[in-house]
Amino acid sequence: MPAERLLPDRDAEDLVKLTREIARDELAPIAARYEEEERFPREQFRLLGRSGLLGLPYPEAWGGGGLSYEVYLQVLEEVATAWMSMGVGLSVHVMSCFALAEYGTDEQRARWLPDMLGGELLGAYALSEPQAGSDAAALTTRAVLTDSTYVVNGVKAWITHGGHADFYTTMVRTSPDGGRGVSCLLVDAATPGLSAAPPEHKMGLTGSPTTQMIFDDARVPADRLLGAEGDGLRIALTALSSGRLGIAACSVGLAQAALDEAVAYAKERSQFGRPIIEFQGMEFLLADMAAAVESARATYLEAARRRDRGLPFTRQASIAKLVATDAAMKVTTDAVQVLGGAGYTRDFPVERYLREAKVPQIFEGTNQIQRMLIARELRRS
Amino acid sequence: MPNIVVLVKQVPDTYSERKLSEGDHTLDRDFADAVLDEINERAIEEALQIKEAHDGEVTVLCVGPDRATDAIRKGLSMGADKAIHVLDDALHGSDLLQTAKVLAAAIRTVEDVDLVIAGNEASDGAGGAVPAVVAELLGYPQLTHAREVTVDGTTVKVTRETEDGLTHLEASLPAVVSVGEKINEPRYPSFKGIMAAKKKPVETVDIADLGVDAGDVGLANAWSTVVEAAPKPPREAGQRVEDDGDGGVKIAEYLVGQKLI
Repeated sequence: MPAERLLPDRDAEDLVKLTREIARDELAPIAARYEEEERFPREQFRLLGRSGLLGLPYPEAWGGGGLSYEVYLQVLEEVATAWMSMGVGLSVHVMSCFALAEYGTDEQRARWLPDMLGGELLGAYALSEPQAGSDAAALTTRAVLTDSTYVVNGVKAWITHGGHADFYTTMVRTSPDGGRGVSCLLVDAATPGLSAAPPEHKMGLTGSPTTQMIFDDARVPADRLLGAEGDGLRIALTALSSGRLGIAACSVGLAQAALDEAVAYAKERSQFGRPIIEFQGMEFLLADMAAAVESARATYLEAARRRDRGLPFTRQASIAKLVATDAAMKVTTDAVQVLGGAGYTRDFPVERYLREAKVPQIFEGTNQIQRMLIARELRRS
Repeated sequence: MPNIVVLVKQVPDTYSERKLSEGDHTLDRDFADAVLDEINERAIEEALQIKEAHDGEVTVLCVGPDRATDAIRKGLSMGADKAIHVLDDALHGSDLLQTAKVLAAAIRTVEDVDLVIAGNEASDGAGGAVPAVVAELLGYPQLTHAREVTVDGTTVKVTRETEDGLTHLEASLPAVVSVGEKINEPRYPSFKGIMAAKKKPVETVDIADLGVDAGDVGLANAWSTVVEAAPKPPREAGQRVEDDGDGGVKIAEYLVGQKLI
């Protein structure tokens, strides 16, 4: 059963309808095969680009859709319901455009943003390093300015779309001054000295390549600095606040897919002479799953509406990310339980959903970091 | 610069269960989700490709109830320029001949039509004759079951595909072309297309505007009548063959029994 949505207007309804059609006809039928073959759906991202779905929450003047987060996130959720790797990829792309859209000069935006938002380009976001994960301010990739070019050396880690993206929004160290020594560069994929390491062997999201990106005397023109030198960490963390809403929406979409699969199976499967959905043990399990999905959706939508109204939303974004990713972990685990032995096999999608639900509890700020951020706000209030 | 009219129909979604009303055996519209018929998406796609190659204008024409505006909007969001919606309660229950008559009358209201493009058959009624009847009423040549269409000046060339094979047809414009499944892969609307569709003109007309007499349309005046309808019988269980090492032989025996090999 598709998610029931309260959308603000007819345009949003038509957009969700279009997304469902693309998801049903172009994404869902190939998702399991691509994931098994560890194949990146680059062409399907181009289709999203042609349909105008890669830049929905950015201004129309720059080639975006001019949409609220409330609507964009629900479109994103629909994509993730059909295929989590595509949902996460879309969310990462939108986050990778954030630095230029919010902190670029008009000249920089006019030059690069329309192709990033309204075209078929795909972005990546490079903050983490092997030794700088939760402690992002400890990053060591150095950028030295010489003759209007930054010469960049270091290794970025856990890069979604690594080796496939057209641009990398990259946080680098331009001075030794801790968090205040970080700057943000919009790095073109064709930059000399930039290369991708082989993809990580992951537990899930295997259709989406994750790599280290190696900067070996990579030469980035100085006009690709976004914001001022030293603004990088603030830009990165602001981008993550919005990015977390994307991850929350994706997780709800994944949980919805698991719920749908579990309900369908429980109606079909008979034991003791009747469909197992009629047994109370199953009813309560499914009801709890539905409650988890719908409360997580309500939580991210509340945060999104605050963002759309220009209100502070950092705490709500962290809560949404925490609640939605934990809900997805629980719902996908229970979906395997509903399907029993069948759920544990790769002939059914729920074991894949379970594997895919794990990493959203880890990336874009672990759920421990989210609790820390929530508690910090409580302390300050 | 061809001026193209595309005939579109809103049909019950083939993904949902479809039902006829108990009383008059017309479509139970409340029962199934309504969508733009997929073959019409291909007709629109073909019109848009011709427009992109030669300029021109694409008008979608739809006869249908209120909610058919959704199908019209889909056509406009794909890229058609404008629409005509023939909306009249008197049309309820009209059969193929009556509908074709209304369509022909509506096409006559469009100035300088060069090409009328339709799907070869709707997925609900599956009559498959509307394009031919419309052509006959308009006095246009009909080039049906097209899998390829080329417009060159005042000529249209079509590769027609039927069970008998391929036929190459050529006619002077104006003409009616109906397209088959293999004609193209229809594009998805884009979000910008959805936004733009709102601003495109949709002219809503009734049969009086078209000069069609109410006594000529509707269930009571239809040339064909549905006297009975029954749901498709459920599929019978297939024949199961256990493979004891001789599965291939058993399959071959079955196929021989069916005179298939």
